[in-house]
Amino acid sequence: MKAFKLHNPTDLESALALLDTPEARSGATRVLAGGQDLLTEMKEHLAEPDALVNLKHIPGLDQVHAGADGSLEIGALCTLAALEEHAEVAQRLPALAQAAGVVASAQIRSQATLGGNLNQRPRCWYFRSEHAPCLKKGGTECFSYGGMSKYNAILGGGPSYIVHPSDLAPALVALGASAEIVSAKGSRTVALEKYFTLPSESDVKRETVLQPGEILRRVLVPAPAANTRSSYTKFREKGSFDFALASVALALVLEGGTIRSSRVVLGGVAPIPWRSKAAEAALEGGQPSRALFEKAAAASVRGAEALAHNGYKVPLAKGLVIRALEELCA
Amino acid sequence: MRVLHLKVNGDDLEVAAPDHWTLLEVLRYRLGLTGSKQGCDKGDCGACTVLLEGKPVLACMTLAGNAQGRAITTIEGLMPAHIARGGSGPDPIQAAFDRCGALQCGFCQPGMILSARALLDRNQAPTRAQIREALSGNLCRCTGYTQIFEAVELAVAESLGVAPAPRAWEAPLAESRAARGES
Ligand SMILES: Cc1cc2nc3c(=O)[nH]c(=O)nc-3n(C[C@@H](O)[C@@H](O)[C@H](O)COP(=O)(O)OP(=O)(O)OC[C@H]3O[C@@H](n4cnc5c(N)ncnc54)[C@H](O)[C@@H]3O)c2cc1C
Ligand code: FES
Ligand code: FES
Repeated sequence: MKAFKLHNPTDLESALALLDTPEARSGATRVLAGGQDLLTEMKEHLAEPDALVNLKHIPGLDQVHAGADGSLEIGALCTLAALEEHAEVAQRLPALAQAAGVVASAQIRSQATLGGNLNQRPRCWYFRSEHAPCLKKGGTECFSYGGMSKYNAILGGGPSYIVHPSDLAPALVALGASAEIVSAKGSRTVALEKYFTLPSESDVKRETVLQPGEILRRVLVPAPAANTRSSYTKFREKGSFDFALASVALALVLEGGTIRSSRVVLGGVAPIPWRSKAAEAALEGGQPSRALFEKAAAASVRGAEALAHNGYKVPLAKGLVIRALEELCA
Repeated sequence: MRVLHLKVNGDDLEVAAPDHWTLLEVLRYRLGLTGSKQGCDKGDCGACTVLLEGKPVLACMTLAGNAQGRAITTIEGLMPAHIARGGSGPDPIQAAFDRCGALQCGFCQPGMILSARALLDRNQAPTRAQIREALSGNLCRCTGYTQIFEAVELAVAESLGVAPAPRAWEAPLAESRAARGES
């Protein structure tokens, strides 16, 4: 790793001030949370910042507040281990607790944070190789398009075909969460669904709307409607721990044997958590049955275009949607 | 360069290191504690696992500065801690690894043993599934894991004072002996 200076601010204002300089805005200063992604980026020479602003010593940023109305505010510095073990999270937001529990290994979960998970960089091997000057690193080509594409996108791809690696993102989008963003200039709140950006619609070098100088302060999850059930189902190539080949986050309201409403969000298949409104429409008003689930599964991958080596993700994602619906409606 | 105050295996230490050094680098190259292994150096293998306040973390993915003020336990600290609690010899998990042949090259062993120690400290009687889950962040390229799980089960059985579960090779061995008419 290239040498850098480590700043350890103990209040949010100082942290934001450190990020509000021209050098910091140019990328020379980066935000450090648990470091479980940033250190790999730095060791692989993808990022070589001169300074890091460590958020770990700012009191309160890791807190979870359970509102009396059933909503939850989760600080960006909350660790995945804490999320997994939090009683209210497990009770109100099973999809989130389940997603936190299947990220990486126990060692990583005890340091990794919510904010770092949502802002982690892609895992595409061309992006991760310092020797491949790909589109996401300022080059002219996404090498996965004509190259090794086994782990790349089947939906929403182009001009870059990365998949978003976060497990928490699909779960939180399914739960209708929003992101509170702060900077030295003020704060703004964005629906998490709009937080992640498609490479075709904005800067191909970024994955989110977060601008230099901004940090994610907390994630707000509204109270689930009565009779809501949610889950996160992930398929990994390696049984012990691994990123998702595909995953599905579900949140649905099941009343009197009828699915009143739902959110279906796929992970591991697109550059963003992929919400399928077509699958949701297929489920709405329906009674749980294998036939209904198959219809929703087919709808969830509508428009999928496989590259040379990732065609398996289409049946995999469909199978996961069916399995997840069967388990959640059982 | 910065002076860090680290609490390693019960000792309060002052050590100078640059900001960008990881805990693993400080342990190995400043403090000479080479029991924590540098395998992949990027979070994949678990060979650098140490305990921070009793919880397993990856020393290669922890900046040394962030480990200040928290109790760090490395493999070198297990036997002294066991003796300080009134035991004798190595930590019972270390002894069980020895007796079960739970290693070949041994590179994964310190990390495996620390992950197992953290598990047994919070769960005295884990199931095989819980042991597998607790050790799933530690890769072993040699053993195939069976003897490792058996070693943890042996340590559990001994601490509970019950007979250990039969080892995977015992039944086939008994069968082939019986077939040959040996006892
Ligand atoms: C071996 C391995 C396996 C993994 N497996 C998985 C997996 O299965 N699923 C998965 O989802 N992830 C996985 N990860 C990625 C893992 O690093 C993240 O899940 C983790 O949550 C990152 O959190 P962190 O706090 O350590 O982030 P950091 O490394 O500290 O930060 C990550 C990025 O986010 C930025 N950032 C951090 N916090 C904020 C904030 N509050 N506001 C703005 N920007 C911020 C940083 O600047 C950096 O760019 C894996 C990582 C490794 C090394
Ligand atoms: S050396 Fe730290 S995980 Fe491999
Ligand atoms: S004994 Fe060689 S890696 Fe486990």
